[in-house]
Amino acid sequence: MKTNIKIEAINIKKVFNRTTVFSNISFILEEGSALAIAGKNGSGKSTLAKIIAGVLTPNAGEFIFSINDKEIALVNRFKYLGFVSPYLQLYEEFTALENIQIYSGVRKLNFNNKNLSSLFTKVGLFDRKGDPVRTYSSGMKQRLKYAFALLHQPPLLILDEPRSNLDSDGISIVYDIVKEQKQKGSVIIATNDKEDLQYCDSIIDLNVKVNNSNK
Amino acid sequence: MEKYNYKSSTLTIFMKDFRSELRTRYALNALLMFVITTLSIIMFAIGQESPSVEILAGMLWIVIFFSAMSGMSRSFVSEEERGTVMTLHLIATPASVYFGKLIFNLVLMISMNIFTVLLYFLVIPNFVVRSFDVFVITMFLGTVGLSCSATIIAAIIAKSTTKGTLYPVLSFPILLPLLLAVISATKMAIEGATIRLASGEFQILASYILVITAASYILFDYIWKD
Repeated sequence: MKTNIKIEAINIKKVFNRTTVFSNISFILEEGSALAIAGKNGSGKSTLAKIIAGVLTPNAGEFIFSINDKEIALVNRFKYLGFVSPYLQLYEEFTALENIQIYSGVRKLNFNNKNLSSLFTKVGLFDRKGDPVRTYSSGMKQRLKYAFALLHQPPLLILDEPRSNLDSDGISIVYDIVKEQKQKGSVIIATNDKEDLQYCDSIIDLNVKVNNSNK
Repeated sequence: MEKYNYKSSTLTIFMKDFRSELRTRYALNALLMFVITTLSIIMFAIGQESPSVEILAGMLWIVIFFSAMSGMSRSFVSEEERGTVMTLHLIATPASVYFGKLIFNLVLMISMNIFTVLLYFLVIPNFVVRSFDVFVITMFLGTVGLSCSATIIAAIIAKSTTKGTLYPVLSFPILLPLLLAVISATKMAIEGATIRLASGEFQILASYILVITAASYILFDYIWKD
């Protein structure tokens, strides 16, 4: 089901220990588009991705997250987005299937066997879904994070370093997910990879933003 | 294929922690070892002596307080150490996380206190409770109060670098009113007081639980963010 998502950031600023990571970040993301967050290491790509996800709070600026012209409160933002990043950790003592069952339980989703099977097939983990996550390679864990992010079919997908630890098959799955997501909602990709940037319609370059803010 | 049919996010978080604890035994082992070691030391220290009612009641709650301090911080500390805090941020509201962790700590503490009290009865022959109903109510209210405080303090200290030291230090002033009331009520239970006589202590304990739970619910949003 298509949801009319709109994200508007106005003069977002983040400070860590008196160091300004970035300031004056403004953008609008509309339905059906992909936005790239680019910048050198330490420029704040992941920080901005976390702020958009509602995990971090900006020190200044306004962030409007709306679905069908209705503003979504910060506390409910997690319901409308999926997040994938190398630093996101899943529960290693559980199997991949148990992890997904826990997440769907917490999200109160009516998930049946068919949905679960198609999700695991999509990310290429169907045959290993019963194995504990601690036995997974880093690439398999990254694939499982895509299952975690897509579980509730969110209108917004935030991908921080989307190709991290993935083989060529995995990268191809990611690009298929990005193309599919653009049909259903929006995508934000925090990356420096030129190939990733080709899938995006607009780019926020944090190097430029930082330079501007320092002038 | 196993299917989840938990009615709420809170219960799923509780079940996740419960199953995780059964597999990893992070808190369970720490609590068990602490209770057994402390009671052994008390047993050898007492020897053939007959300590007073006040000392017996106080010693029981010292064991319970420090065993809680050794195990109950795990609920949030293990999420922080494993880096799964962000995962929880991305799937649940702060209220679901708080109450899920609270129920887990409550279940853990009730089980541990039943074990502690049974062992205490076994190794301390002088520990005779004359008013069993007062004792059961005291233990229940004390355990609930301890779990409520320990959960919110665990959430606060989970982000600090000196978790182990900070936990009992921060807990002590917050738990002092509760400890004084439960020690007094336990003493009354040993002496054979009626429920009516101990009702003042029970009112203090019930008020403490209400205040701590309400304050924790309001504060948790701020603690959980950033």
